[in-house]
Order: sequence, then structure tokens, then C-alpha cells
Amino acid sequence: MPERIWVYAEVIDDHVTPTTLELLTKAAAVGVAEAILLGSAPADAIQILGDYGATRVYRGDDSVFDDFLTLPAVEAVSSLLAAEKPDVMLFPSSYAGRDLASGLSAKFDCGAITDVGDFRLEGGSVVATIPALGGSYQTTATLENNGVRLLLVRPKSFEPRQTGGTAEVVTVAAPTDEGLKKVRVVERVTVPVEGPQLEGAKNIVSGGRGLKSAESFQMLRELADLIGGAVGATRAVVDQSWVPYSMQIGQTGKTVTPEVYIACGISGAIQHLAGMKSSKTIIAVNTDPEAPIFKVADLGIVGDVFQVVPQLIDEIKKRKGLA
Amino acid sequence: MHVIVCGKVIPDPNVVTLEIDSSTKRMVRKDQPHVLDPAAASAVEEALRLTEEHGGSVTLVCMGIADAKDGVRRALAMGASAAIHLIDDAFAGSDTLGTAKALASAIKQEDYDLVICGTESSDSYSGIVPVQLAYLLGIPAVTFANKVAVEGDTLHVERQSETGFAKVTAELPALVSVTSGINEPRYPQLKGIMAARKIEIKTYSAGDLGLGAADVGASAARERVLTVGAPPQRGGGRVVQDEGDGGKQIADLLAELKVI
Ligand SMILES: Cc1cc2nc3c(=O)[nH]c(=O)nc-3n(C[C@H](O)[C@H](O)[C@H](O)COP(=O)(O)OP(=O)(O)OC[C@H]3O[C@@H](n4cnc5c(N)ncnc54)[C@H](O)[C@@H]3O)c2cc1C
Ligand SMILES: Nc1ncnc2c1ncn2[C@@H]1O[C@H](COP(=O)(O)O)[C@@H](O)[C@H]1O
Repeated sequence: MPERIWVYAEVIDDHVTPTTLELLTKAAAVGVAEAILLGSAPADAIQILGDYGATRVYRGDDSVFDDFLTLPAVEAVSSLLAAEKPDVMLFPSSYAGRDLASGLSAKFDCGAITDVGDFRLEGGSVVATIPALGGSYQTTATLENNGVRLLLVRPKSFEPRQTGGTAEVVTVAAPTDEGLKKVRVVERVTVPVEGPQLEGAKNIVSGGRGLKSAESFQMLRELADLIGGAVGATRAVVDQSWVPYSMQIGQTGKTVTPEVYIACGISGAIQHLAGMKSSKTIIAVNTDPEAPIFKVADLGIVGDVFQVVPQLIDEIKKRKGLA
Repeated sequence: MHVIVCGKVIPDPNVVTLEIDSSTKRMVRKDQPHVLDPAAASAVEEALRLTEEHGGSVTLVCMGIADAKDGVRRALAMGASAAIHLIDDAFAGSDTLGTAKALASAIKQEDYDLVICGTESSDSYSGIVPVQLAYLLGIPAVTFANKVAVEGDTLHVERQSETGFAKVTAELPALVSVTSGINEPRYPQLKGIMAARKIEIKTYSAGDLGLGAADVGASAARERVLTVGAPPQRGGGRVVQDEGDGGKQIADLLAELKVI
């Protein structure tokens, strides 16, 4: 019998998130994909989930899932898990996904694997691949329990694919226990971002303390414009107020996975790597041949950003016929 | 108000590159300089800030090896008034759930109003211990807090979200996990360092907490590491000295990747 793989479907800003669709695609490729969708969602959500591979959607549309964090979702999903016993449940590594998976792992005493980049099923058990420790090691791990395997998966781990399928809908009753209404959402505040967005940017040019001043970020902006990308930065630079926090990449900033990441004057501290190590191609320019950024770079230039970057800009302009 | 802070002590990331022992498949922790995890320092700072405002005391709870002592002392030097160190070979190899069980058993011995964690530890990044811990304690959890305030019995939190933040409230006792952007942890002053020396750190073994091989340690871990190795897509990179054509080399690669 093919494995049943559940996906926690997430809606943010009235859209089913890209990670949800990535996970459904993977789930449908290795087993029978089913989704759980809780709280408010756009009218076409179920159709979209079906289109990306869900054969069934467990749908709980009660507002309790929007108004109270984590606990109502843990209750609803754990009832479903206990009744349906799927083999694996996938969660996007997001604020809500992580909290829900953590709560379930404690409730079922089943553990969970975090930061998963890929997984496969092997004779009834799951083998997850975790790109660990700033990309310098890759680990595989399994969960030894007799119940469901909970995996928290990083965004952009899989390519989403439409299947043209449709999903049957199973209604999920809202949990009624007042004790679950403990963490109340009073208000959701959207903070607008300026300039090209880092999230979803195809290419990123990023600067660190090696740039020496706020002014030299202009050079990175020019480069980013030429390759159709956004500009990012390290925390060291944000702490100097050279650029705003919205540009910070790393453990306490944004996580990005562009096609190309060009790190300029960045040492490659583990907290920075945490936010960019999954980029497809990493290019680094740094004067220090021992800089840890070179350990994750596909191409590393040991050189001065003030030489290399202007030359790169000129070269691109030349090849594009702009100079 | 009694605030419990859960904090780890980790190999100093500025001095050592994190390593994994290929036979035990665990992080190498022994005989390395250890520091209070910056995530824990932020949690301690937030706890001190709250108790300075509302009165009360801060207790650090840390599960770790003997080398963790200096880091624990640092939290005391910052201003925490007590520390509990869970130290036992039986804890080694615990997964997140084992860690949460050990922390929960120790915290249950205390009277407390609030538990503060870091969102993620700076060496293992899992970020799931706090909610597991809250579940085991039977209290609500709010993660990724950028701003924390207490008013009477109510906890007010601004919590990071994908699009900005959410304002949420919960009744105490509760658990909150704080981001490192929430504050700038203070540097211990000489007076604090001297005072910290006099504080006796309470220690618990697994047995003291009634925990056995089925609860904590490698034998209890649900998550089992199978292999560690170099990631296939990285490491095969090319690092070259700029001979005056570094920019051109990058342009060549960008052209090859069809970016330009
Ligand atoms: C809990 C915690 C969370 C953190 N979160 C983040 C985070 O989210 N994001 C983040 O980025 N950091 C984060 N940090 C900080 C991180 O540890 C590093 O301090 C930071 O990433 C360093 O930034 P940097 O590379 O710009 O600076 P540095 O480490 O100072 O590196 C500057 C580099 O520039 C090189 N350089 C100098 N001059 C030139 C030149 N002319 N040409 C080329 N290269 C040159 C130097 O060789 C050096 O390698 C966090 C730290 C902690 C403790
Ligand atoms: N060994 C430990 N001792 C004390 N607190 C811990 C320990 N491990 C995790 N924590 C707490 O859980 C948070 C998240 O850790 P992690 O799940 O490892 O990313 C940390 O910031 C701490 O607050």
C-alpha cells in the first residue's frame, strides 16, 4: 500500500504558501498526498491544493484557528492523526508550522526532524536529509517511533508541479475546549518593505563589513540591478545602520534561496550562512583566503571588493552592450 | 515574579568551527572553550528587564556538560539570582524531546510565572524545544517574540510573522521564546561577577529528576542520526586568487548560468 503523506497547508496573506505546494508535490511523488487546511483561506484554496497533488483536504474553517495560536490546531490535527494514522506529516518550516509540529511531537511523544531538505521512504521508515551546520555537513536522520513521522521542511526544497487533480473535502470539526483558547491574536500588523524584495528574489548581491561604508552599497545596488536581483546584508552591517534590518540575511534575519548569491566582503559566520546556504550558486569575494564563506562558495575570488566588483559591473555592461 | 530562563552553553563559535564526531555522530563538545549561547543571553536580558520592572528573580536552567559552568556563571554575573545545571552522562545524546523532558522535570520543581527561551539555539537551530517544553509543562507558548511586556497576569507579545508581526496575549504562567533582535544583552559588571561567584549552582542528575534511559539520552532519542558527511553540492567549489581578472571570472560564471 502506498504511504499516506499529510501536508500542513498554510495560508499567509490570503494565499496558499509556495512551500505548501512544494511539499504537496513531493508528497504526491512518493505516496498519496493529503492536506490539512485550517482557518481562513481563499475561495480557490482547495482547488489549488488538489491541483498540486492533494487527493483529499481535511478542512476546518472555524475562526478559532485564526484567533488563537497553536493549541486549537494541535488539538484538531492530533485527533485526525489518531484516527487516520498517516505515515508521514510534512510541515513548512514557518512560524506556525514549527509551533504545530513541536506541540504534536510532545503530545504524541514521537519527536520530529527539523530543517529537512529532502526525504525518502525506506521499508516503512523515513530517511531525512538535513543540510546541517551552516552547510558544512549534511546529515541523514530517521525517526524511531511507531506512529506518524513529523518532518519540518525548509522552503524551496522541492519544485512545485501542477497535476491537474482534484481533492475530496473532509470537514474538520472545530475543537470546543475553552482551555485551548490560551494565546489570543489581538491584531496582525503588516510591515511594508521597501525596494526589491529579498524573498523570492532570483539573484541576490549581499554586502558585509568588508564594504567599509554605507556608500559602497551603491555599488552593490548597481550590480543587483544589472543581474535582476535584490541587495542583502549581514547583521554586522545592519548593526552599523548602513542598511535597514529588512535587508538582513541570516539566522536572525531573512532566509533566502536565490539562484545566485554574490557575497561581497562577508566572512561567512555560521549565523549568516544559516540564511543563505541553500542558495543554488554561491559566489564570494573576500580578501582573506581563510574566510569561512569560501567553504560554501562555488566560486571564490580572493580579492578586494573595490577591485573585483567594479570590474564585474563593467564586464556585465560590456557583455550586455551597455558600455 | 519568578522568571525561569532556559539557556544553553555552546562551543564558542568565534573560536572553534563546529565539528561532528563521525563515530558518535554528535557535535564535539568536550575540551572546547564554551560560552553562554547568545540566544540564551538575550533570554536572560529579557528576564532581567522584566524583573527590574516588576520585581522578582531570574533562575537559569541549563542542561549541559561540565564545560558549561562558565557560561552558567556568566548568566549569574549578568544578574540572574539562581542557576540549575542538569548535568549527567545520561543526558548525552538527547534529542529535542529528551531535552524538553529534562528541562520540564527541573522546572516543575519550581514556582514560576514565566519561562523564557531563545527561539533557536545557536549551535543546533532546531527551534522546537520551547513549544515541546510548554506542552510538557501544560502552559501556553508564544514563540518568536520581538517585544515582551507583562501587565498583571497577562503576557503581551509582539510576535514576528512572515508579513510583519502579530500582537498576542496569554495568561501567566506561560512560555515565551525571544529573538536575538529583542534586546542587547548587557555585559556583566565586576560587581555582578563577584556576586555570581558566591551563588551555589544547583545540580540535578537524571536520577534526581526521576528520569531514566527511556526518557532522556541517546537511547530515548526518537531522532536517530544515520550518517554525517559533506554535502554533495558544496565543497567542490573553486577558490582562486584575484590576478586582476576576478570580476571577469565571475561574469563568465554568470554567463554560464544564463544570469547575464
Ligand atoms: C545570535 C546571533 C544571531 C546572528 N544573526 C545574524 C544574522 O541573521 N545575519 C548575519 O549576517 N549575522 C548574524 N550574526 C552575526 C554573525 O555572527 C557575524 O558577526 C556577522 O555575520 C559578520 O558580518 P560580516 O561578514 O559583514 O563581518 P565580518 O565578520 O567582520 O567580515 C568582514 C569580511 O570582509 C572581508 N573584507 C575586508 N575588507 C575587504 C575588502 N576590501 N574586500 C573584500 N573583503 C574584505 C574580511 O576579510 C572579512 O572576512 C548573528 C550573531 C549572533 C550571535
Ligand atoms: N540544553 C539546553 N539547556 C537549556 N535550554 C535549552 C537547551 N536546549 C534548548 N534549550 C532552550 O530551547 C531553545 C531552542 O533551542 P533549540 O530547539 O535547540 O534550537 C534555546 O534557546 C533554549 O532556550
